[in-house]
Amino acid sequence: MDNLRASFKKLLMYPSAIVGVFAILILVAVSIYTMITIPYPEAIRLWRGGEEVWYQNPKFAQPAWVNLFSSKKYSESFAVDTADGEMTKTATPGKNDAITYEMVHEFDFNYDVYPQDMILYLKSTFTEKQPFVSIELITPDERTIRIANFVIADKYTYRFSQDEKLRLKLRTEEVIPALFSDPETETILKGTYKLIVIGTTFEPDAGMDAEFVLHGQVFGLAGTDHARRDLTLPLLWGAPVALAFGLMAAIGTTMLTMIIAAVGTWYAGWVDELIQRITEVNLVLPFFALLIMIGTFYSRSIWVILTATILLSIFTGAILGYRAIFLQVKESMYIEAARAYGASNGRIIFKYLIPRMIPLLIPSLVQAVPAFVFLEASLAVIGLGDPVLPTWGKIIQDAQSNGALYKGYYYWVLEPAFLLMLTGLAFAVLGFALDRIFNPRLRDV
Amino acid sequence: MSVTTQVSSEEFVVKKHFMNSAFVRMARYVTVRLLTLFTTVVIGVYLTILIANMGGFVDQIIRGQIRDSVTQSVAGNPTYQQMDPEIRRQLIEERIVLEEKRRGLDTPIAIRNFRYLANALQLDLGRAISLTSDSGSKQVRLILLERLPATLLLMGTSQLFLFFSSVFIALNLSRHYGSFWDKLIIALSPSSAVPPWFYGIFLILIFASSLKILPFGGMVDSPPPANRFDYAISVIKHLALPGFSLIISSFFLSVYNYRTFFLIYSSEDYVDMARAKGLQSRDIERRYILRPTLPNIITNFSLLLISLWTGALFTETVFLWPGLGRTLFQAIGLYDTPIIVGSTVIYAYLLAMTVFLLNFVYALVDPRVKIGE
Repeated sequence: MDNLRASFKKLLMYPSAIVGVFAILILVAVSIYTMITIPYPEAIRLWRGGEEVWYQNPKFAQPAWVNLFSSKKYSESFAVDTADGEMTKTATPGKNDAITYEMVHEFDFNYDVYPQDMILYLKSTFTEKQPFVSIELITPDERTIRIANFVIADKYTYRFSQDEKLRLKLRTEEVIPALFSDPETETILKGTYKLIVIGTTFEPDAGMDAEFVLHGQVFGLAGTDHARRDLTLPLLWGAPVALAFGLMAAIGTTMLTMIIAAVGTWYAGWVDELIQRITEVNLVLPFFALLIMIGTFYSRSIWVILTATILLSIFTGAILGYRAIFLQVKESMYIEAARAYGASNGRIIFKYLIPRMIPLLIPSLVQAVPAFVFLEASLAVIGLGDPVLPTWGKIIQDAQSNGALYKGYYYWVLEPAFLLMLTGLAFAVLGFALDRIFNPRLRDV
Repeated sequence: MSVTTQVSSEEFVVKKHFMNSAFVRMARYVTVRLLTLFTTVVIGVYLTILIANMGGFVDQIIRGQIRDSVTQSVAGNPTYQQMDPEIRRQLIEERIVLEEKRRGLDTPIAIRNFRYLANALQLDLGRAISLTSDSGSKQVRLILLERLPATLLLMGTSQLFLFFSSVFIALNLSRHYGSFWDKLIIALSPSSAVPPWFYGIFLILIFASSLKILPFGGMVDSPPPANRFDYAISVIKHLALPGFSLIISSFFLSVYNYRTFFLIYSSEDYVDMARAKGLQSRDIERRYILRPTLPNIITNFSLLLISLWTGALFTETVFLWPGLGRTLFQAIGLYDTPIIVGSTVIYAYLLAMTVFLLNFVYALVDPRVKIGE
């Protein structure tokens, strides 16, 4: 044990390994934070949720921090609601039970790129007489644009960009740019805009609420995808999934490989022979193709894939390497002593043979993690990821199938790619340093 | 590698002379190796079929095939054309049942699996459900064989380049142990934990999407250039990014591995001895360092090649390279089971062939592995 501790102390001599450990710790911290703040069922509900969960977000929006680096400022998204007071609402009672609700929202628009869309969600309670709504927009240069007048049902969605009447009235192709432009110069007009929604109800107890959503060109920390989903969710949840898959597969594979190699060399004879033959057959089995077949035919559940991965990765070249070392260890004096005092086979294998290999096991275990992390991502990228889980590979797949690279939505690919790279390289760098520390042949070269 | 049996000296000489005849040795070795590998392939393919047919998917393929051919033969037969559609449908169903019986679909699954094994080994892989080859055939074998050259081109160029360049660079580095470049390669070697398709995405982003100097994917421009020279140029342009991503993803690690081998071997006593004798460093490298490391180098290379055969699947998919991997990917999307099973079988064959060739080369370079003895 002291030996092990001394070896780990040597890690401090490798700055890259320290960076690796640091990155791994951060990833673990993020995973724990994610699993506590967004519990699994909630994450699945959000990830699988459609328009009704994500209607407030724009599509294909870059993360908001691009504005810090870009000379062109992209409009940010927001959503305000009269129900929680972000949008002011004043009610004035009129004649014959009529109530006039004036709902106003003032917002600054100091961007260089037009927003994607503006949407007004209206809700009202009434029994018979339908309320009447009129919308106006006051621009920074004091013009008042009459947007629309209409009668609403108990729920009504008004999309500014889809209003054909408004388009004709503004004499334009696209409504949104026209609203945010100076009509003379046809350039973008910055300043404070004021949206006024006046609703009139005609019954004593009738009420009305409005939610105003502006779909900008940027959103949040990570941006959004084609289904308006906030990418921070899969980016955060990708961390525990990737770590769990990578670590479990690596531990399962290396431990089982080692145990089987130890058993084979200890018993020798047909057991050993069988293990070697299985390894030969496994070498011919196309690993990815088989995984793909299992994914397509049986189940895409991450657990099934994990089990298949471990089973297919046990009998590889590594087993032959361990075997060669076990053959040497088997002849050592202390094993003979154990045999002399009558230790059972199981005791010799698990107490004397395998512990000797731990120094070799640690680096290969850590080095195996990135391959499995990327395996999960690879399968997701070709569409065989777990259908339920939000993962990094899934984001890349969505981005690929929506032509993100062609259309220039680079953030969509780069964010998950960066995290995958970070995870993979952190383990690779650490494993590499461990290998150089524990592997005596490499110590001097 | 076996123990020589004790025989009288006269006999021994005769026998040895006979054994040393290179041709016989070779022939024996090849046959034995081929037989063992063939057994391995048979088991491998059988396992593949077993996995595929656990849910009865191969049966489904066969049933589909039978239905197809029976329906076509009845519809194509002029004597049945005047028949009432209801009766004709009945006739088809009856014939399907008969045909299924004839093909043995009512036999137990264990026996049936062996029949599929025989078919698969003869590359009789059935008919695809929705994919077709460029020549319009639905034969899985034809579809896959048509895509094979693309995969071979991509893998062949990138792997050969990778192999020779990394051995060459590693030799140079081992000569300048501890230099800046040596340290750089060591520092960069963990980068090989990242798979090729992943580099591919970045390369597409840089060279295709931003700089717009290389194509996003595919193998030739469309329409393909008529001129043979232009065609080749176009293929090379398309090959650049996928090839480079395959190379870059294993380059640093393989240079590092080879360099470490060379360093370990160059600290052997006999190398010091050769130096003391005053041999030229070039000669020392060739005879005393490169020669004994060759088997190791080849093992490394073979393992790399094996892992990449199927690994190129993702790279091909990302680059829309029309090879085996992409076909498999398309088949997954269309649930084209015959193609999925068929490509797995083809991959098993390819892997076996790789293992065989490398075994063979291994025996040629390593004098300790005595062929045929």
